[in-house]
Amino acid sequence: MEALRERLIGRALLVVACSVILALAIITYFIFQAGLPIIVRLGLDDFLFNTRWQPAEEGGSFGIGAMVLGSLWVTLGALVVGVPLGLAVAVFSAELAPEWLSTLIRPAIQLLAGIPSVIYGFVGLMVLVPWVRTHLGGPGLSVLTAAIVLGIMILPNIISISEDSLRAVPAAYREGALALGATRWQTIWGVLIPAARSGIGASVILGMGRALGETMAVIMMIGNSLQVPRSLLDPATTVTSNIGLEMAYASGEHREALFATGVVLFAFIMVLNLAANAFSRRRLQA
Amino acid sequence: MTTAPISAPAMERANGNTKLEVCDFSAFYGNEEVLRGINLPVPRNEILAVFGPAGGGKTTLLRSMNRLVDNTRGAHHRGRILLDGKDVFAPDVDVVNLRRRVGMIFALPVPLPMNVYDNIAYGPRMSGGRDRKSLDEAVERSLQRAAMWEEMKDRLEESALHLSGGQQQRLSIARVLAMEPEVILLDEPTAALAPVSTMKIEQMLTDLKRQCTIVIVPHSIQQAARLADHAAFILMGELVEYRPGNELFTAPSDRRTEEYITGRFG
Repeated sequence: MEALRERLIGRALLVVACSVILALAIITYFIFQAGLPIIVRLGLDDFLFNTRWQPAEEGGSFGIGAMVLGSLWVTLGALVVGVPLGLAVAVFSAELAPEWLSTLIRPAIQLLAGIPSVIYGFVGLMVLVPWVRTHLGGPGLSVLTAAIVLGIMILPNIISISEDSLRAVPAAYREGALALGATRWQTIWGVLIPAARSGIGASVILGMGRALGETMAVIMMIGNSLQVPRSLLDPATTVTSNIGLEMAYASGEHREALFATGVVLFAFIMVLNLAANAFSRRRLQA
Repeated sequence: MTTAPISAPAMERANGNTKLEVCDFSAFYGNEEVLRGINLPVPRNEILAVFGPAGGGKTTLLRSMNRLVDNTRGAHHRGRILLDGKDVFAPDVDVVNLRRRVGMIFALPVPLPMNVYDNIAYGPRMSGGRDRKSLDEAVERSLQRAAMWEEMKDRLEESALHLSGGQQQRLSIARVLAMEPEVILLDEPTAALAPVSTMKIEQMLTDLKRQCTIVIVPHSIQQAARLADHAAFILMGELVEYRPGNELFTAPSDRRTEEYITGRFG
C-alpha cells in the first residue's frame, strides 16, 4: 500500500516534469510552423537584412533589418549601462559592505526585479524622456532612453548572479591575495573577479537575453519609428516592440511575417541561454 | 638558549638576533580567548616550529603576525607583536607593506586562477613592477629558490590550476618569495601533500632560512623535530614550552610536552 503510494507520487511528479518540456516543444513547434514558411519564401538574408517593412502595401515588403539593428543597439546600450553598474553593486555588496547593509541591498534588488516593466516604462516616460529632450536634443523617445531603462531593468539579473559567484570564490583566494600584500582593491580586481568570471559572464548573458526580449518598456521608450537609427537620440523600433504593436491587427502574410520575426527572436534567445549555460559550467578553468 | 617558561622580562633582553617578538600577546574572537599571554621570540634566520594539538591557537598566532586577523569579524587582541622592534599593530603600520615583508603559506595551496608566470609575478606587479625584464628575472629567481625552475621553465604559460598539489604548494611559496619577504609564515604547508613533495618543501625551507626568518606550524611532530631550530609547544592557547628544537624534542622539561610528543594525547 505504502509502496504503491510512493510509486503513484513518483509517476505524478514525472508527468508534471515532462509537461514543462512539452510546453517548450509546443511553443517551438507552433512558432516555427507559423513563421518558417515566409522566411523560406523570402530567403533568410532578404528577411533579416532588408530594412523595408511595409506590410500594408499590396504584395507587402517584409524586411526586419531596421528592427534587428534597433534591438542590437538597445541591447548593447543596456549592457553598457547595466554591466558596470551591476558589477559595482555586486562587488560592493559581496566584498565591501557591512553585513547589515548587504542584507538590505539583497531584498531591494529582488524587489527591483519584481516591478512590472510597464512601470519602468512609465517612470522613464515621465522622467528620462523629458530630460533627454531638453538636455541632449531629439524627440526624447530614442535608442538612448530605451537603453538606459533596460540597463536598469537588467540590474537584478546581473547583480544577484554576480554577487553569488563572488561569494562562492573560495576564502583561500581572498586570504592568499591579502597575505601577499594585495590591497583590497587589488584582491577584488586581480583575483576575485577573475575567479568569479564564469558566473559574471553568465549573468551578463542572461541580462542580455532579458534586454533583448523586453517588450513593454521598450514600446514606451523607443518611439517605434521604422527607421535605421543614425544616432543614439533617434527613435527606432525593435523586434519585440514591433511584434507587440502589430500583432493585434495583422492578418495574412503580415501575420506570418510577425511570427517569422518571433522565430528570429526565439533563435537569438536560445543561443544566448545556451551560451550562459556553457559559461556557468566552465567554472574555475583558467 | 632560553628555558621554559618564558617570562616577560626575559623578552626585554632580546637583542638584534630577534626578528619577530611576541610580547604578552592575547587574542580573542568575540569573548573567547584563543591565545593567553604568549611571550615568544623568533630568532633571525632560524626556523621556529609552533606545534600543539588542533584548536590551540597556532593559526591565530600566525595570522596575527601578518595581521590577517584584521579580516576576521570579532577578532581583537591585547599585547604586542614586534617586527624588528616595531609593533605590527601600531596605528601607523601600513598593513599592505607589512604583508609584503611577512609572507604566508596556507595548508591548502592557493594557485590563483591564472598561469604560472602571472602567479609569481602577481606580488611584484602589485608593488608596481611593470618592467618585463625585471619581472622575468623575479619569476626565474623565485622558481629557482623554490627549487622548481627546471620543471616549470617550459610551463610558464600553463594554468597554475593544472599543476599537481605539490607543485601548486611550491608555486605558492615561490610566489611569496618573489616579494622578497623577511619573514615567511607557513601554516601546515605540507598537510595536503604526498611525502615526496613534503620532503622537497622541507629541504627548501632549510635552504631558505639563510635569507629569511621562518615560522612554521608543522603538520606532524616529526616534521617539527626535523625542521625546528627553536620549537614552541602551544596547548589550549598557552605557551607551555619554548626551547631549541634539539632539546625540546629529546628532553622536554614540561610533563605535558613530553606526553604530547610521545603520543599520549593529541
